[in-house]
Amino acid sequence: MLLVLALAPLLLGFTRKVKARMLRRRGPPLLQPYRDLLRLMRKQAVIAENASWLFRSGPYMIFAATWVAAALVPTFATGLTFSWAADLIAITALIGSARFFLALVGMDIGTSFGGIGSSREMMFASLAEPAMIMIVFTVALIAGSTQLSSIAQFILTNASLRVSLGLALVALIIVAIAENARIPVDNPATHLELTMVHEAMVLEYSGRHLAMIELAAATKLLLYVSLIACIFFPWGLAGPGGDTSAFVVGVMSYLIKLLVGGFLLVLFETSIAKMRVFRVPDFLGIALMLGLLGTLLRFVSGSF
Amino acid sequence: MTGAWFDIAHMLAGGLVLLSLMLLYQDRMFALLNVFALHAVVLSLSVAWQAQVQHAPHLYITALIALVLKAVVIPVALRRIVVRLGIHRTIETVVGIGPTMLAGMGLVALSMVVMLKATAQADPLAREDLAFALSVVLLGLLMMVTRRNAVSQVVGFMSLENGMILAAAGAKGMPLVVEISIAFSVLIAFIVIGVFLFRIRERFDSVDVGALDAFRGERL
Amino acid sequence: MLVAMALMGVAVLLAAALLAMALQALRGASHFVYPLCFMACAVLLGIACWALLTAADPAPTLVLPIGLPWIGAHFRIDTLSAFFLLVTNLGGAGASLFAIGYGRHETAPGRVLPFYPAFLAGMNLVVLADDAFAFLIAWEFMSLSSWALVMSHHLDAENRRAGYIYIVMASFGTLTLLLAFGLLAGSGGGYAFSDIRSVAVALPGLTLTLVLIGTGSKAGLVPLHVWLPLAHPAAPSHVSALMSGVMTKVAVYGFVRIVFDLMRPADWWWSILVIAVAGVTCVLGVLSALMQHDLKRLLAYHTVENIGIIFIGLGLALAFSAYGMQAPAALALTAALFHVFNHCLFKSLLFFGAGAVLNATGERDMEHLGGLIHNMPLTAFAFLTGCTAISALPPLNGFVSEWLTFQAILLSPALPSWALKLLVPAVGAMLALSAALAAACFVKAFGVTFLGRPRTPLAASAHETDRASLAAMLAFALFCLLSGVLPGLFIDGLAPVTQGLVGAHMPAQTTLPWLSIVPIAESRSSYNGLLVFVFILISTLLTIEVIHRFASREVRRGPAWDCGFPDPSPATQYTADSFAQPIRRVFGSVVFRATERIDMAAPGDARASRLTVIVRDLVWEAFYAPVAGLVSALAEWLNRLQFLTIRQYLSLVFVALIGLLLLVSIWL
Repeated sequence: MLLVLALAPLLLGFTRKVKARMLRRRGPPLLQPYRDLLRLMRKQAVIAENASWLFRSGPYMIFAATWVAAALVPTFATGLTFSWAADLIAITALIGSARFFLALVGMDIGTSFGGIGSSREMMFASLAEPAMIMIVFTVALIAGSTQLSSIAQFILTNASLRVSLGLALVALIIVAIAENARIPVDNPATHLELTMVHEAMVLEYSGRHLAMIELAAATKLLLYVSLIACIFFPWGLAGPGGDTSAFVVGVMSYLIKLLVGGFLLVLFETSIAKMRVFRVPDFLGIALMLGLLGTLLRFVSGSF
Repeated sequence: MTGAWFDIAHMLAGGLVLLSLMLLYQDRMFALLNVFALHAVVLSLSVAWQAQVQHAPHLYITALIALVLKAVVIPVALRRIVVRLGIHRTIETVVGIGPTMLAGMGLVALSMVVMLKATAQADPLAREDLAFALSVVLLGLLMMVTRRNAVSQVVGFMSLENGMILAAAGAKGMPLVVEISIAFSVLIAFIVIGVFLFRIRERFDSVDVGALDAFRGERL
Repeated sequence: MLVAMALMGVAVLLAAALLAMALQALRGASHFVYPLCFMACAVLLGIACWALLTAADPAPTLVLPIGLPWIGAHFRIDTLSAFFLLVTNLGGAGASLFAIGYGRHETAPGRVLPFYPAFLAGMNLVVLADDAFAFLIAWEFMSLSSWALVMSHHLDAENRRAGYIYIVMASFGTLTLLLAFGLLAGSGGGYAFSDIRSVAVALPGLTLTLVLIGTGSKAGLVPLHVWLPLAHPAAPSHVSALMSGVMTKVAVYGFVRIVFDLMRPADWWWSILVIAVAGVTCVLGVLSALMQHDLKRLLAYHTVENIGIIFIGLGLALAFSAYGMQAPAALALTAALFHVFNHCLFKSLLFFGAGAVLNATGERDMEHLGGLIHNMPLTAFAFLTGCTAISALPPLNGFVSEWLTFQAILLSPALPSWALKLLVPAVGAMLALSAALAAACFVKAFGVTFLGRPRTPLAASAHETDRASLAAMLAFALFCLLSGVLPGLFIDGLAPVTQGLVGAHMPAQTTLPWLSIVPIAESRSSYNGLLVFVFILISTLLTIEVIHRFASREVRRGPAWDCGFPDPSPATQYTADSFAQPIRRVFGSVVFRATERIDMAAPGDARASRLTVIVRDLVWEAFYAPVAGLVSALAEWLNRLQFLTIRQYLSLVFVALIGLLLLVSIWL
């Protein structure tokens, strides 16, 4: 649980640094996100006069839901205690509940920026969430269970290329890009309201509240990269009841997967431009179609 | 037939279906041509794999023809024509992209059901490859039907033909695949050239290159 | 004995109706009637729980000598009736408690008070009935009393239209059910349910269609749902809660009783019809809800979506039981019935909240509200719990029933039929889509109504509602949490019901470690609501502790940042329609042919510019408008019969007489 929290800003710092290098800049230092979080925590929070109790407690709820979801994804070992408490569907729903509260706090102050962010975010979510569920179905139909540990075990033991797994991988990458507000769906570094989705919802936050929301966003990115690594590339995961050396191997392989994932994400981001808002539903529609196609193939025949 | 070989053949055929869906999604001319080139590359890889698995060396030639003609020559030629004739760079569709993709999904489901039911006794690899090939054919037809632009219709026809080559390669022992694919490619080339000659004639009332030259300086 | 007690409870309700009619001149009549209803419902709730927990076999029955002389009226409480009796009276008790506070503000109590207990009595009688006549009489009684309640504010033209459409659709539904029972009884003619059970169904296809139309129109399946968004908002709020939360469930009971109990064994192709209709209902319901800016109409359309979810579960259960796969059938049926229970809870809660808002501000239109969370904090909290529950977010109860439905879908590849193999993934995608759209819908509902700044002075001057209403809302919110965190108890409670209907039940959940739930014994999936809730609590508390220890605790209030462009007017914040605009662009242009027309004033012209959004109800235009037009044309043509001469009337009588004599001569 603490591992994901500690690594999340590191992943964020890594992606920023690599992106800067790709754009021929030097970029901020690797540990800058940690410093940013500390600075924000120490600052006084300035809140609008008409903010409600939901606005003040929102960041805690968003952060808690994202943290619990991220903690439930096997990072370096499967079969950890309480891994059976929530499966992939529950993880998707936990992320959904974090987004629900984020959209609500966006509406709280009553400015038009918050409304822009919330309405666009819910529009993206209305396509990204079903795509995620269809991906979960595809993977669950292959592995016979929606439990992440069982899925990872299955893929480890029955490693084979399957069309539906390939489709699910492409779809999950698209969903991950959309959910984490990366280019081409949303620009995490923008200050223009025309291009804002996530930034617009958290515009009124400052101080420790903003720190929690930023950490939640970084944790969400880590969650999706870990999810892709766990489902599609589970090699290196220690089995249940493994010894210390297996754990060490697990941690090492997890770090490597994170770095590779971050690098590929940045490669994709720098080679494509941001889409206009009403092209994003087409983009997410592809993920939904691919998930549906994967599920359909699994329904129709067991060997797909 | 070991499991891994089966899976790779499947992956390539499934990748072809995925690329056909991507062709339906594109709304810019150059992106469409790029995806079509990729489509041809994956087709040639798939045919080459079939050549390997079936120990049928003549399929290697088919793969090579597909690669050279369809992945290189035709896309480059089409790109040049698009630039030179100033054809619209965005593709107008009859219905929006959403309903087109939904229709594509329905067609894939339909071809799965039809093929798997019709060939219940055949070899599993061939059955499923045929199902994918039929999907690619139907998606190519859908593309021809839902596009207003001549270039995208031609691309749709060529992707349909790719599907047929995939089907022919998948079924073991098709003797004339090489000859048929050359014939089809020549046919396509003639159609493409013919279409554009007609357009040029429509626009300028002449295909005489000398006469066209005279217009160049006066166009604003 | 148990049945007699239940019928006594119903009699108390009917007596309360008569009392209300007698006392309507009295000003404080609602102080007597609603608490009386609450107690009657509580007693019936207790009886239902007892019946469900003891699950006596054979189920207790009672035959009363009222009604048709050669049949009498049969009443029975078996496990299915007990469950629906529980749901009905839980909703009824909650609504009565809410009405103790809400009813004080009623402008026309004489039109509401007599019919409210009658409505409750009618619903209970439908669930208790054990023969076709008692069922139909109780069904019609329920429809008529709810129609009277819909027409209670009859001075508004929109309510009158809603009542008219409602009574037409309800009568049509009862007619189809009558025909269905006729077909079920067959040529033997026995109308008691025990007789019907022993007779094989003559025309199963036609009977199923009739039952689906009859119960589906009351429940709200597309395309028979058009009355629901008109009638539910027109009634007073506690009645809307009952209509949406309970009456639709009684319709579901009718469907389950007839199809699963009286018409077994099931045919596999029945499930195709049910699942297909349910899938379309889901998506259309939630998209229509997103286009609304009237709070109660949004909630009513949302009921349509949830009924779709319930029928998806029922259709899957039909498919599984038709192929003899009993464990998955039990899973699907449990998912559907659990959703029945959950929906009753959270939809009633949401309607109570809407009623509280209506009381406090006099407005139902979200575009005139806003910022209510400051003046009505407890109502806002309860409404937020309802929104979170209905959007299927853990750890509340909506998520559990959705999880169970998804697990049932994951077991469907084992179904041999090709049509089902293609239909079920598509419907699964539709279910996931509607769940995501529901979350969007409730962000809009809560965000526009309660958050932001007040858009009108009415909204700014709102006040918190009465204590009884608050008690009802907070109690239901607590139930939502409990059934989300301890779902195993409820699933085990449902086990006798599914055992009776499909011959299997889900594995015993309460014996599992840490109170998790598992779908079927062989699956390795599981979900633990309690642990997820505990994890979220621990994370939140840990975060609060760390933040307060290490971070600055100061808070400074200032004007809103708004990117440096502070805007004093609350009219510039997002309205309900503008929130739905992206989704309207993506989905609405296909499903509703939604278009926007902008009428921009020329520069220098001081008139207002106008943005018009046109959303067309295609179901209405495709089905109802042509039928209404046909009926109208036919009536116009037949109207000529009013204006004939005396000679023509005499010749009509003469021709009819000759015709009948000819008929008799041919027949003899």
